[in-house]
Amino acid sequence: MTRKEELLQDVVIKFAGDSGDGMQLTGSQFMNNTALLGIDLATFPDFPAEIRAPQGTLPGVSGFQLRFSSDKVYTPGDECDVLVAMNAAALKTNLRSLKRGGRIIANTDGFDAKNLRLANYPDGVNPLDNDSLSGFEVIKIDVTKLTREALKEFTMGTKEKDRAKNMFILGFLYWMYNRDMINTISFLKEKFGKKDDILNSNIKALQAGYNFGDTTETFTTRYKVDKAKMEPGMYRSIMGNQALAYGLIAASEKSGLPLFLGSYPITPASDILHELSRYKNFGIRTFQAEDEIAGITAAIGASYGGSLAVTTTSGPGLALKAEAVGLAVMLEIPLIICNIQRGGPSTGLPTKTEQSDLLQAYYGRNGECPMPVISASTPSDCFDAVFEAVRISVQHMTPVLFLSDGYIANGAEPWRFPKSADLAEINVSFKKALDEGETKLRPYLRDEKLVRSWAIPGTPRLEHRIGGLEKEDITGNVSYDSENHEHMVKTREAKVEKIADYIPEQKLDSGPDSGDILVLGWGSTYGAIRSAVTELQDQGLSVSHAHLRYIRPFPKNLGNILRNFKQVLVPEINNGQLIKIIRDKYLVDAKGYNKIKGVPITKTELVSFLRNML
Amino acid sequence: MTQQPTLPALTPKDFQTDQEVRWCPGCGDYSILAQVQKIMPGLGIPRENIVIISGIGCSSRFPYYMETYGMHSIHGRATAIASGLKATRPELSVWIVTGDGDGLSIGGNHTIHLLRRNFDVNMMLFNNQIYGLTKGQYSPTSEENKVTKSTPFGSIDHPFNPLALAMGADATFIARSMDRDPKHLQESLLRSYKHRGASFLEIYQNCNIFNDGAFEIFTEKGSKPEETLFLEQGKPLIFGAAKDKGIKLDGFHPVVVQLGDSVSADDLWIHDENDFYKAQILVRIFDDPRKDQHLPRPFGVFYETDRPCYEDVMSAQIQEVISKKGKGDLDKLLRGNEVWTIQ
Ligand code: SF4
Repeated sequence: MTRKEELLQDVVIKFAGDSGDGMQLTGSQFMNNTALLGIDLATFPDFPAEIRAPQGTLPGVSGFQLRFSSDKVYTPGDECDVLVAMNAAALKTNLRSLKRGGRIIANTDGFDAKNLRLANYPDGVNPLDNDSLSGFEVIKIDVTKLTREALKEFTMGTKEKDRAKNMFILGFLYWMYNRDMINTISFLKEKFGKKDDILNSNIKALQAGYNFGDTTETFTTRYKVDKAKMEPGMYRSIMGNQALAYGLIAASEKSGLPLFLGSYPITPASDILHELSRYKNFGIRTFQAEDEIAGITAAIGASYGGSLAVTTTSGPGLALKAEAVGLAVMLEIPLIICNIQRGGPSTGLPTKTEQSDLLQAYYGRNGECPMPVISASTPSDCFDAVFEAVRISVQHMTPVLFLSDGYIANGAEPWRFPKSADLAEINVSFKKALDEGETKLRPYLRDEKLVRSWAIPGTPRLEHRIGGLEKEDITGNVSYDSENHEHMVKTREAKVEKIADYIPEQKLDSGPDSGDILVLGWGSTYGAIRSAVTELQDQGLSVSHAHLRYIRPFPKNLGNILRNFKQVLVPEINNGQLIKIIRDKYLVDAKGYNKIKGVPITKTELVSFLRNML
Repeated sequence: MTQQPTLPALTPKDFQTDQEVRWCPGCGDYSILAQVQKIMPGLGIPRENIVIISGIGCSSRFPYYMETYGMHSIHGRATAIASGLKATRPELSVWIVTGDGDGLSIGGNHTIHLLRRNFDVNMMLFNNQIYGLTKGQYSPTSEENKVTKSTPFGSIDHPFNPLALAMGADATFIARSMDRDPKHLQESLLRSYKHRGASFLEIYQNCNIFNDGAFEIFTEKGSKPEETLFLEQGKPLIFGAAKDKGIKLDGFHPVVVQLGDSVSADDLWIHDENDFYKAQILVRIFDDPRKDQHLPRPFGVFYETDRPCYEDVMSAQIQEVISKKGKGDLDKLLRGNEVWTIQ
């Protein structure tokens, strides 16, 4: 049978099902398959807060959104073209984000009376049977039945057979988007290598899904998306937390400092702990501490001993660590504190994204307690940004707060990964001996950067004591002297401000150097701002975009950039935090665009907001 | 045999710093500091390899007075800081100075986890049964009904038995000593040091300002012989000025017996530091000395056992993974398993 082949430019698919349906796996397999073809993409996984919310219910729905395109992709897409709904709850929770005229691939078995009731549909109402979906194209497939049929020769129980449902759907989509299945088959072989039955049933279900598309006459069209025009080079796909872990490992190799991670599990930061724990052959020491405080204080101990010390957490954990962060500021020792933000306050929305810890990162400690703040703006940017955070931390003897969020931590994108040889060395040295004329170490003697030396235990003649009490400058002795205290507060501040001399100037991401509107962003809003601003620029409007990596200190030229525009807009997934600092520091009348719904800002809403400003 | 480098002989004075010691005159901390400074030269470790980490409280000023590496950290966290240091620098000799508030109240969580993980560190818990630095509130080891600034009508808290807590956390070395018995304290410090693993040494320390005489009954000449029991490995539990009393096990109950015609030393409980089950009973001998028929308070090494240290297992695991997978290759890591090329 011959089929039409239609060429598409940009597709957004959302895989949605019960959290037990394996949608994350299905989505990431399709993602890898897409990436390997050189198509650009971005993903947005969306998990329920409960590990196993009751099956079939609305809170139990787990989703994975994938956008792929032959154009450059900056966001996982505002709306979906295709919604895979494994059950009624998945349809109900995701229908809102489906484009008018979009396509629904529904597993009819997930729309039986029980599933409909669990999804809160009124008695006797099945959206697949009435005209409520008339604005969409609905493809109904009884995935459960077809999977069972395909696996009828297998001896395993029905429950086990049903677990392969997601492979059937994946196979069907592979057919629909004209793909081969080699990468998934080898993935399955690696995953189930020793369990023949499970391996073969999954492969069989995958092929059955593909063949179902091929032999069912109603499916008349297959789709294709061409390779994207990306910078030449070798690519792989990468998730934010993974890139962050790799960035730390790379920084450890490039600085020659052994990596130590002290951490307590917390969503959405735990994957960094998992990832680093896998690479013991890099000499990495990971320590799952008894609590957040032990995580950071163990890291402080490791840093004191000369390791590249890291602690990872999310908002509530950062609050618990605050006192220890203050100790690190007082000790003036290197330390990387990674905060993968989530919705707050308190436990808040653990699996939803938010940028609401910026003020906590900036100010959230007792006393005058300045430290650098660095943020990552896309999944792969976590690699470069954390590498830079390490450089600043060890070269300026200061703890550094690194901000990411759930959206980029779990999102994935293609990454033109660097070669180890192309990464800059991070020069760092311990103090080895007393200087000429010194009879004992002066631990708070500073160089021109206002940075003190790193003298680690085990070094003869440099024995000294440090601590959380106020220090006398130079000697480091405990001092309650009021003049000294003021001097030290100002010095610690000046030391952090001085870092601005050692970071690049702020560049515009796009647009002219001056004009009507500057959109100033930080963190995970990068993709949405980039897409919105480009769209308006294409229409000839005067809008520019600057995206901050360095939030404390700001690049030295930031004030000048801001003053070159009639208006400044600061979009944030919070109630207005960067904007407060910008207004305070530069006295500009910046406006905010704020969304606090646990989901990213979309391009569409930003475009319409910006239009209204012009 | 490996050749030991010859070190210049150090003296206690070499461990003193130029900082003025700021404890109240008469404070028990002075004696503890002196005993630590006395034993340090004999350990044969270069000063630069010794690190003393403390939390917050009167006792936690300790590092400032020791000419070694040191950190006066934040309240309750010395144990966790020491864990990170020892995990990454196993060759250092790490000492923790903490108190009853620092180590058992705000830092209680880290204390138990340090002990169960069994880092090879020496933890000295100065117990004065009071909050000294904050000027006299009751602590988690203060006795019931204690009247303090924060308990004008008497404390309603039940106190911790620190050694039983350490036992519960599977500590591998548990001992008790006191500031007023320098010789015993020095021996206890040496034993702590020699133990490979986390050593938990509780030191009764008099706070003469806010809780003077809390341990008087155990430390003063007049009452000490009758009220204390000094444990010695392989020896019967005998106490009393005339060494005429002993402790016997009646089932699981320790009871005081008079030595004489019907009871000889051979009938008594013979101390065995390595007996896990008997140690559970021994740490529970914790009677309020004001009560009638109370048992004497034991001092010495209650329990010691051998268990691999966290940092050793951590290093061994790293070596094992390296020998299995080969040393980490950054380019291989960054490349991953699936790549594609854009021309
Ligand atoms: S308050 Fe008590 S414990 Fe603190 S220094 Fe004075 S006597 Fe010692």
